[in-house]
Amino acid sequence: MSLTKLTLASALEGLAKREFTSVELTQAHIEAVEAARGLNAYILETPDKALDMAAKSDARRALGEAGPLEGAPLGVKDLFCTDGVRTTACSKILENFVPTYESTVTSQLWRDGAVMLGKLNLDQFAMGSSNETSYFGPVANPWRRAGENANSSAAMTYAKTSNWALPEGRHGILTPGGSSGGSAAAVAADLCLGATATDTGGSIRQPAAFTGTVGIKPTYGRCSRWGVVAFASSLDQAGPIAKTVEDAALLLTSMSGHDPKDSTSLDIPVPDFTQFVGKSVKGLKIGIPKEYRVDNMPAEIEKLWQDGIAWLKEAGCEIVDISLPHTKYALPAYYIVAPAEASSNLARYDGMRYGLREDGANLTEIYEHTRAAGFGDEVKRRILIGTYVLSAGYYDAYYLKALKVRRRIAEDFDNAWAKCDAILTPTAPSAAFGLGENSNDPIAMYLNDVFTVTTNLAGLPGLSLPAGLDANGLPLGLQIIGKPLDEATVFSVAGAVEKAAGFTAKAEKWW
Amino acid sequence: MAIDAATVRKVARLARIAEPEERIEALANELNGIMTWIEQLAEVDTDGCEPLTSVVAAGLPLRDDVVTMGGDPARVTSNAPKSVNNFFVVPKVVE
Repeated sequence: MSLTKLTLASALEGLAKREFTSVELTQAHIEAVEAARGLNAYILETPDKALDMAAKSDARRALGEAGPLEGAPLGVKDLFCTDGVRTTACSKILENFVPTYESTVTSQLWRDGAVMLGKLNLDQFAMGSSNETSYFGPVANPWRRAGENANSSAAMTYAKTSNWALPEGRHGILTPGGSSGGSAAAVAADLCLGATATDTGGSIRQPAAFTGTVGIKPTYGRCSRWGVVAFASSLDQAGPIAKTVEDAALLLTSMSGHDPKDSTSLDIPVPDFTQFVGKSVKGLKIGIPKEYRVDNMPAEIEKLWQDGIAWLKEAGCEIVDISLPHTKYALPAYYIVAPAEASSNLARYDGMRYGLREDGANLTEIYEHTRAAGFGDEVKRRILIGTYVLSAGYYDAYYLKALKVRRRIAEDFDNAWAKCDAILTPTAPSAAFGLGENSNDPIAMYLNDVFTVTTNLAGLPGLSLPAGLDANGLPLGLQIIGKPLDEATVFSVAGAVEKAAGFTAKAEKWW
Repeated sequence: MAIDAATVRKVARLARIAEPEERIEALANELNGIMTWIEQLAEVDTDGCEPLTSVVAAGLPLRDDVVTMGGDPARVTSNAPKSVNNFFVVPKVVE
């Protein structure tokens, strides 16, 4: 068996038993990454750094100093600053930005022995649900609809198209979702053992659902945001995308923890999350929110949800109907709160201290030209919305109103926790769609996050795991939402669903 | 309230993003579409509701007022579009 097919947990076991070295494991992944450039998942490969880290890892292991992730090659979403390694947020404005510091989350992964393979593609500044807003072009989902001929040469041609315009007709290339599209595609295509990702409205969970992978956004404050390029600070959370629930637990344990450099980072102990995977879920109450059904939702997703309910019943859970009445208002509230915070956060890109600087006749023109040239259309759209809703005369009507609706959404969950221990929902209202299919309609694109965005607004942990395939052979995900700081129960329920679903399908290699 | 071309120009100016004149109408339409969809928030009864600004219940932590990082201007200016002798070089601000 190829070393890249291993799960993180089994690779760590193989390393511990000296069945192979980290250098061998890393070399196998480097070769897989090079052979998969048509997917456009990695926007920067760091093979020399990876092999150097792997050699040092093997040396530590030989000395008996192995960390919990010792020798495991991972991918890093290009939103995490990496010391000495270009970090772009997939934008033109940061095209040549080389941080002189390391994000807290990635530094903890390296502390625990992990190896970095390179930087992964994403929607520009994490704003998007299809990876199509990336300055480096979209990622191709390793999954195809059955019978469609997305072949390697089509993808390679596509990848080399300088303007990334879709040629006439569909090529059968699907989006891996977004914003963490590169992370999800890389894990699904065995181009790393796991990847870092971030989630502001669903950017970990929707791509995980679209690619048959597992992703968890932890409770707000679990992971430090320090060194992660900011989008909407009250919503942004880091988390892993992984091949299995256990792998996600391994990675989240390493990524979590208090950081004095992030004032919203929670100063509470981090349990070893892996101990909750496989734990009995007998007697747990699982809430089923009746509002998580939308118009035109495929019957297969409803069916998958019912399967999930049946599996948990069989595992001894009690199923309870709950109501989250403000669910439909979550997305409109999000599209005020997130752009408002983004317009403020992205004010730092003024072309003075770092990043792109364009010419102009005076200082204001320099700012205006720099930002016009450096930001893509979706980023500009959100900055304009954010500026508008925060501007004089509209602040109360829009921004303050949205924050009050946010309170109502959080209260919905507070009420639900009186009745249940965790909530089961579909992750996304559809399977992966074709590149270009939604890119001309911002609201259609935004609706991808209808089931995930509520947990960002309320700060709750949410995990997506693959639970079945649709009629086209594409993966579909189920989401488990937990109480604040109760990732433990989320992992237990996810472990039970994973076991019952027995999802083992992989994308057939064509790239 | 509809967003017209003048509002788009004003907001773009506030956001310091140069939008070419030929993009203004299209942007007004796009932003109107999004804001009209957002208008449904008016249906929610928020009387007596406190705005939720942070989901972290704890107050902001305090720390000692000491230098924790610094003294490394070369690193700080290493990504500057223009720098001389560890200073940022910026355009003339005061005429």
